[in-house]
Amino acid sequence: MRESLSKTGVLTKEDLAQSPGVPSEERMEKGPVAYIECMEEIPCDPCQYVCPKGAITVGKQIIELPVLDEQKCDGCGICIPICPGLAIFVVDKGYSDREALVGVPYEMLPLPKAGMKVHGVDREGKAVCEARVVKLLNPKKFDRTALVYLAVPKELALDVRHFTVMEGEE
Amino acid sequence: MIETEFAVVGAGPAGLSAALEAGRAGVQTLLMDDNQAPGGQLVKQIHKFFGSKEHWASERGIDIGDKLLVQAQKAGVRVMLDTVVWGIFNGGKILAIKQGDRNRQVLAQKILLATGASENPLAFPGWTLPGVLGAGAAQTLVNLHRVLPGTRVLMVGAGNVGLIVAYQLLQAGARVVAVVEALPTIGGYGVHASKIRRMGVPILTGHTVKEASGNAEVERATVVRLDDRGAPLPGAEREFEVDTICIAVGLHPLAELAWICGCQFAYIPELGGHVPVHAENMETTVPGVYVAGDVAGIEEATVAMEEGRLTGVDVARCLGYISDRRAETLRGEIQARIELIRTGPFGDALKEGKEKLIERRG
Amino acid sequence: MRVTKHPILGKMAKGQEVEFEFDGIPMRGYEGEPIATALMGAGVKVFRYTVKDHNPRGVFCAIGRCTDCVMRVDGMPNVRTCVTPLRKGMRVQTQTGLGAWEEGR
Repeated sequence: MRESLSKTGVLTKEDLAQSPGVPSEERMEKGPVAYIECMEEIPCDPCQYVCPKGAITVGKQIIELPVLDEQKCDGCGICIPICPGLAIFVVDKGYSDREALVGVPYEMLPLPKAGMKVHGVDREGKAVCEARVVKLLNPKKFDRTALVYLAVPKELALDVRHFTVMEGEE
Repeated sequence: MIETEFAVVGAGPAGLSAALEAGRAGVQTLLMDDNQAPGGQLVKQIHKFFGSKEHWASERGIDIGDKLLVQAQKAGVRVMLDTVVWGIFNGGKILAIKQGDRNRQVLAQKILLATGASENPLAFPGWTLPGVLGAGAAQTLVNLHRVLPGTRVLMVGAGNVGLIVAYQLLQAGARVVAVVEALPTIGGYGVHASKIRRMGVPILTGHTVKEASGNAEVERATVVRLDDRGAPLPGAEREFEVDTICIAVGLHPLAELAWICGCQFAYIPELGGHVPVHAENMETTVPGVYVAGDVAGIEEATVAMEEGRLTGVDVARCLGYISDRRAETLRGEIQARIELIRTGPFGDALKEGKEKLIERRG
Repeated sequence: MRVTKHPILGKMAKGQEVEFEFDGIPMRGYEGEPIATALMGAGVKVFRYTVKDHNPRGVFCAIGRCTDCVMRVDGMPNVRTCVTPLRKGMRVQTQTGLGAWEEGR
């Protein structure tokens, strides 16, 4: 396991820069795209077979890390609820001038509602900004892993990976 | 006396898979479990499994158990729940059981002990206080019985059990104040650790619980930092106000029945401790007695299912329901799938452990 | 504390609520759930006291193996409350020491 990950449980930006599952800046600015934070060799491959565009490759040796083909990926987000490690996200830096859209998996209660204000939280559990819930998808086929789209300040698109509901919002 | 061709002790993933495989081949199979419902550990596993499609990847454990039972019943397996198997006699041919309140015996040609694992204890001052319990125990209370053991939890151990149960306690509405891990690194999957870190749960490596205190129940936990050799550093203590301390320091095979009937054991730390020696076909050193699942070495549910299948195949072959050739083919397919799972940084140690075990059997 | 709502398990399927007694106090629990969880759901964590040092004990393994949770139930001592289903009208008592049968039982 990556040294940082095995000591703290948190992947650093440096780690992620080396991940085969992470798209380029260029691609993220064009529109929604998957952002795969899977950097440990665990035998697992649901992301590979769920992608309708074939944009994720793990290979026959399912121990391999998932590789993202950013051109094939259209950011549909179906890989997010399928990942047992909740390690896949969607990032759209082209959402607006000042905001990016970040899609995160969520398996807690209460489920937020669209329009709600939340705290955007980073990988270390620190609240780093105010965010807005733009959309929430929780169909039966996601098997109880909701997909929550958050509008966050663009510069924090690669930081926000979780959220907490604000006091007073229910 | 109940007579059967194949008796399976334990209806967890290994037992269910073995019964299913043998039942499908036509073997008269009896499957017993001391719980009120089958599934073993699966009934508490509310998270999605890793692996490949054949390994139920991305399905929640709770759903897998139900599906396996239905398949087993369709294959004509007789299932007896609320049934404790407390003895094994006559060189592994007779089982003494207690079905509800009734004492009975089972005479079987082949027996599979798929009795799973038990949590390891960790003794420290105050560990007997109500509020200190196994992580698996907390998982049972919350996911099966819908009761939280407490609302402020300290988790001891950052292996997969500790990390997963910490997450599940958060899902149930508890607060996990920290996960402490004596080793300098996190033993479980990075993704499990990341999930709880982004929920604000600190993971303190190189730390352990020193003491639990409280009047009649846990009220506080003292955590201490350890040096490079694992010794507590004087003065490096911290107190957490908690009402629950979960212990997740590993599992060991629940192998009393194997001991009783004279199976040879080997001590393999990578597999959880004392493990019954068995061949590749899962047969122990006592002819006709097999082991599969956690009792044969602590691994995952997916491996348990495959080992169960290996057993079912061999039993069907021995009893003449499938040909040697057919058994060979099936065995090859199962082994290939096991190969896929037992790889990588986590799988390598398990693979080595299993090889040592199988070598002993000869 | 009961987990009435859960993101994966959904709303708690309420079984039949029944009355039982704990040390003479009337309580309510669900028919068929382990006695231990009926007690813990009501906030009771101390189930017995040990022989020598009178130390409080409660649930530890929750699967019927460690015997830390034993209590006297309907006059019978050493009942593993974590695996014994609750029935209507049960009399559950804190056990002290090795346990004794209720007089007359």
